[in-house]
Amino acid sequence: MTSQDERGARGRDGAIAVKPSAPPRFDVGGLIRRPETGALIGTVGVLVFFSIVGGRTFLSSAGVSSWLNVAAELGIIALPVGLLMIAGELDLSVGSVLAASSMTTSIVSGNWGMPVFVGILSGLALGLLVGAANGLVVTRTRVPSFVVTLATNFSVAGITLALAIALTGSTSSSLSAGEPAKTLLGSLIGGQFEVAVIWWALAVAVVGWLLHVSKYGNWIFAIGGDLESARTMGIPINGVKIALYMSSALGAALVGVIQAILYNGAQVAAGQAFVFNSIIAVVIGGVLLTGGYGSVVGIVMGTLTFAIVNQGIYFSGWDANLASLILGLMLLAAVLMNNTFRRMALSYSPKSKPVEQGRR
Amino acid sequence: MTTETPTSPPLLRLTDISMSFGSTQVLTDVSLEVRRGEVLCLLGDNGAGKSTLIKIMSGVYQPKSGKIEVEGRPVTFTSPRDSARYGLATVHQFGGTFPLMTIGRSFFVGAEPEKGFWPLKRFDRKFANEVAVREMRQLGITRVTDGDRLVGGLSGGERQALAIGRAVYFGASILVLDEPTAALGVKEAAHVLRIVMAARKKGIAVVFITHQVTHALTVGDHFAVLIRGAKAADFRKGEKSREEITDLMAGGEAMAELEAELDAYENAHEGHAPQIA
Ligand SMILES: Nc1ncnc2c1ncn2[C@@H]1O[C@H](COP(=O)(O)OP(=O)(O)OP(=O)(O)O)[C@@H](O)[C@H]1O
Ligand SMILES: [Mg+2]
Repeated sequence: MTSQDERGARGRDGAIAVKPSAPPRFDVGGLIRRPETGALIGTVGVLVFFSIVGGRTFLSSAGVSSWLNVAAELGIIALPVGLLMIAGELDLSVGSVLAASSMTTSIVSGNWGMPVFVGILSGLALGLLVGAANGLVVTRTRVPSFVVTLATNFSVAGITLALAIALTGSTSSSLSAGEPAKTLLGSLIGGQFEVAVIWWALAVAVVGWLLHVSKYGNWIFAIGGDLESARTMGIPINGVKIALYMSSALGAALVGVIQAILYNGAQVAAGQAFVFNSIIAVVIGGVLLTGGYGSVVGIVMGTLTFAIVNQGIYFSGWDANLASLILGLMLLAAVLMNNTFRRMALSYSPKSKPVEQGRR
Repeated sequence: MTTETPTSPPLLRLTDISMSFGSTQVLTDVSLEVRRGEVLCLLGDNGAGKSTLIKIMSGVYQPKSGKIEVEGRPVTFTSPRDSARYGLATVHQFGGTFPLMTIGRSFFVGAEPEKGFWPLKRFDRKFANEVAVREMRQLGITRVTDGDRLVGGLSGGERQALAIGRAVYFGASILVLDEPTAALGVKEAAHVLRIVMAARKKGIAVVFITHQVTHALTVGDHFAVLIRGAKAADFRKGEKSREEITDLMAGGEAMAELEAELDAYENAHEGHAPQIA
């Protein structure tokens, strides 16, 4: 048995020596292996589609700003939510965090008349606090994050409503922020583009670095890929998860603060749409619902796809409810496609050897 | 390579280890010794407590009682990190690799190589890929040349090589393998056995867990058989025959008895042998 096997191994060596396979520069396998390939197809698809049915105005600066503004606010939240999903967790509390932070900023600097930077910092600090609480409860209790953050979403909404009424006697608050806060957070560039677009771009750079360039990305992928193995390899799992929950809450809080300053006030009921929209954007962006796989480029593509469909529908002259239908179908298609792409990525090898074995 | 005199303390010694989960007694007073450049085969039926024992060795669980010594010094492992500091590397029965990560990335999980200056330190992908591919090649896996491939696309044996190569690279002096050949075909299993031999030759102590007596006899220097959580036998190469070992693993029942049982089964099921998982 042994001698036969040895010959087999030597034969393999020989084959490699004869045929050195330098990976070609452009290979289909390499493309398929990337989690954002499907997302890119989706974005280009809806962009072309709405450019045709939406007419010239869709591609005018007014048209572009309408979906880019939606994408920016959603994107700031979807990026950290995507990181969490790659790490195998969900955050359904971003809606209430957004509302609570924007109310906090508005009440502190509007109703109470404190300097606007105090209001901004209070809003952001509140977000970090809720995120830390989410992270602590998820890592300590091991209750699924779906349940924990859903509970947070309801609790924070309740507290926000109760406190707003107790403190201001109203469910909304108004705020007129001075400079430089207005320019930095709540102005329109060229009268059309929200500054949020720039914040989103910054967030893309930071999160892209974290996930794909720094070592922390490796930790996130490992945690989402196999929690127990990641633990045995010495990754500080609880710390990473708490940090991720704090970043998703910070993203939501930042959008809340931006909205309060941009719209000169806040309402307790704002933001709930972001809970599901962020998940839709992330999944359309090619992140695997079960964790361990995804990319920042993909999340950006998913966010753009969402925003283009969401706003493009108004340029098409059709019933706006169709946008939800399209997004629903795209979500379903994305999940199916993610699975297919993942299978292809797994089975891809230069010699295209069929695999999918070995794990018991 | 250093050959130890029999008087020098073993690399790892477990004395009277007991473990229970709630009211279930899983291990009772198990003692083992692991020596440099030696393969210790841990044999036993399903549920005998083999995985539990190696999880104690690697710091996943703390024993209810008993003593662990590394080179004669008593130690307590409160986490896998702890045991890794003493040179223990464990490849667990399930998992241990990340199917959706690239070979290079998964090789360095938790010990990522970096380049550049703080705060702009980058994960050194090129280095990671090169090392991972090189270490696998040294274990005889020559078909994997691209460190950017996903681990999930590797065969079972290649994945074992990745995990073992990682342990060797990070300087493990004791390598613990939980059923590394279980899910593999004959050829892949032979390859993993050859990797175990290569590790032993480097002076690494190997704890090798298996159900398969043939695999154990091929690589083992020293054998221990667990039956329902207690050590039933402890012997060296050549001291027991294959039949004796098989009998031991079957829980002391004579093989003849088992064969009679199988015959009865075949008669009752019109000649079909029972399915073996
Ligand atoms: N965390 C746990 N909690 C409760 N019981 C456990 C736990 N881990 C193991 N056991 C029990 O301990 C016994 C020994 O399990 P163990 O996994 O060590 O067996 P094994 O010898 O590795 O078996 P196999 O050959 O099937 O891998 C089993 O009866 C198992 O059900
Ligand atoms: Mg086991």
